Amino acid sequence: MAVSISRGEKVFNGCNVVFMIFLSAWFIIPFVVVASTSVVGAAEAARRGGLVFIPQTFDLGAYQAIFAKGSAIIRSYGVTLFRVVVGTALNLLFTAPFAYALSKRSVPGRKPIAMFVFFTILFHGGLIPTYLVVRYTGLYNTLWALVIPQLVNPWWMLIMRNFFYTIPESLEESALIDGATPPMVLLKVVLPLSMPVLTTIGLFYAVWHWNSWFDAAIYLADIRRMPVQNILRRILINATEVINDNPEMLYEMDAPPPPDAIKGAVIMVATVPILFVYPFIQKYFVKGVLLGSVKG
Amino acid sequence: MSGSDRTVIVPEAELRNAARSPGMLGRSIRKHHFYYWLMLPGVVYLLIFKYLPMLGISIAFLEINPFIGFKGVIGGEWVGFENFQRFFGSYFFGNIVANTFIISGLKLLFSFPTTIVLALLINELVNVLFKRVVQTISYLPHFISWVVVAGLAFKMFSTSDGLVNQLLEWLGGERLSFLGDPRYFRSVLVATHVWKEIGWGTIIILAALAGVNPELYESAIIDGANKLQQTIRITLPSIAMVISILLIFNIGNLINAGFEQILLLYSPVVYDVSDIIDTYVYREGLQQLNFSYAAAVDVFKSIIALAMVVMANFTAKKLEQEGLW
Repeated sequence: MAVSISRGEKVFNGCNVVFMIFLSAWFIIPFVVVASTSVVGAAEAARRGGLVFIPQTFDLGAYQAIFAKGSAIIRSYGVTLFRVVVGTALNLLFTAPFAYALSKRSVPGRKPIAMFVFFTILFHGGLIPTYLVVRYTGLYNTLWALVIPQLVNPWWMLIMRNFFYTIPESLEESALIDGATPPMVLLKVVLPLSMPVLTTIGLFYAVWHWNSWFDAAIYLADIRRMPVQNILRRILINATEVINDNPEMLYEMDAPPPPDAIKGAVIMVATVPILFVYPFIQKYFVKGVLLGSVKG
Repeated sequence: MSGSDRTVIVPEAELRNAARSPGMLGRSIRKHHFYYWLMLPGVVYLLIFKYLPMLGISIAFLEINPFIGFKGVIGGEWVGFENFQRFFGSYFFGNIVANTFIISGLKLLFSFPTTIVLALLINELVNVLFKRVVQTISYLPHFISWVVVAGLAFKMFSTSDGLVNQLLEWLGGERLSFLGDPRYFRSVLVATHVWKEIGWGTIIILAALAGVNPELYESAIIDGANKLQQTIRITLPSIAMVISILLIFNIGNLINAGFEQILLLYSPVVYDVSDIIDTYVYREGLQQLNFSYAAAVDVFKSIIALAMVVMANFTAKKLEQEGLW
């Protein structure tokens, strides 16, 4: 609109921009401080105190320490990658066909089955009974305990079903009339059309796997099988030794990095992949949120 | 176009009729067997990991021995409501229920209005690129795990070299032990919660704002209404329904005060003000191994949670003829 902007409005717009800059700083500064801390060596930390915005020296000692031979961080990264890749693949394999079948209006009994799914959102057995099921199904202390107990998120499954509703039934039915079998229709007609929703929900699962730690904390006894979030948690409660299988390693270094630098370095290592990826995947998340807020 | 439509309508109608007449039901099920196979893995998963634990709630009524494996669980002795009575009679009952609702109430009080205001302000940004950058930055904390946020919080609120205390001192105040002092700990919970979720919370409100009819603003401008008047007279009434529905479901979810966040940030010195139902269940159940007692406390929570969600849905339906189900 080419309507002339009043002076009051100009002032408001200016203030709004300034406010947004401060707000953005509020979101970013914690990361800046931690990133800076991670590259401050012992000497500079002793001289300048713990709060550093711009480091004077650039000491990668903390990163050398966490990636040194026998690194628990690298191993835990492997566990995290396992749960992100294998976990997400299984999530989609269990969620998508289920959602697709539930979207078939002609299938008898689909409404009760949808209620059967939805009820698990409303009511839970709770922490202890679920823990006991994991314990006595033999998953306890295996990597599968990070994947199998959370195969289907009922919310996300229902979002997917709502998407499948939007695929015109006429498309599938004309393929059926042309002689295609239902599995062929699923693979050749529906699957290519479903890439947006598979990406969206797949990313939901992947980020969830990346950030999860509580299941690993209760279902795994062996620290050697823990994902990176759990190692970070141990380090935060002042146990910097857990970064390596050889706890003496830190004391054998020429110039051991300060504990805060190690904490900062592990925070960075656990966060940087998300920092780089999320600007590109956020639009899928936004889409997912909006899909979820509209009832299908 | 119309030709292909016609070929479609016939089989669909046939299928509907087939499903409706009882004699044909079996045939219809057989005809759709492929779709049941697709559902089967998911159904089996839900039975084992969602419905079996619901049956497992029965351990709340048993006295089980956690040290002799599965036998100890199924061979438990029936004790009725003993575990529930113990919980209702204990100090913890009042404390953790109060903490749960106080903490989630404070979070709602501080995050709900601020999220709306932030969405309104973002909506007013003129430069599209700047707007997108601000939104992207504000979404960032949502993608970060609570473990990392706890790590950032330990650093920022540290008594010796945390930024918050440096600022306090610089402003002439005294250094405070935010994480270790019961007087301030809840504000840390509220602050980290707002920091993590305020940006993300604007998405739904911004979507509602985008749906407001622009003609309303145009005619308001012609009538000489300023920005504030437009906001009060047009914007807020237009998104009132979305806001009400959001508020109702937030209230329905008040029993979830933020389990992971509190578990990562709290410590015994602040249990009095921050121990919630979930953290108590976790400590009693998985640390003290009082499985039955912890399960009883959790059942108490699940039932209240169910009642609250059902009430929220009922209210939302009354308001808009639309709920979760």
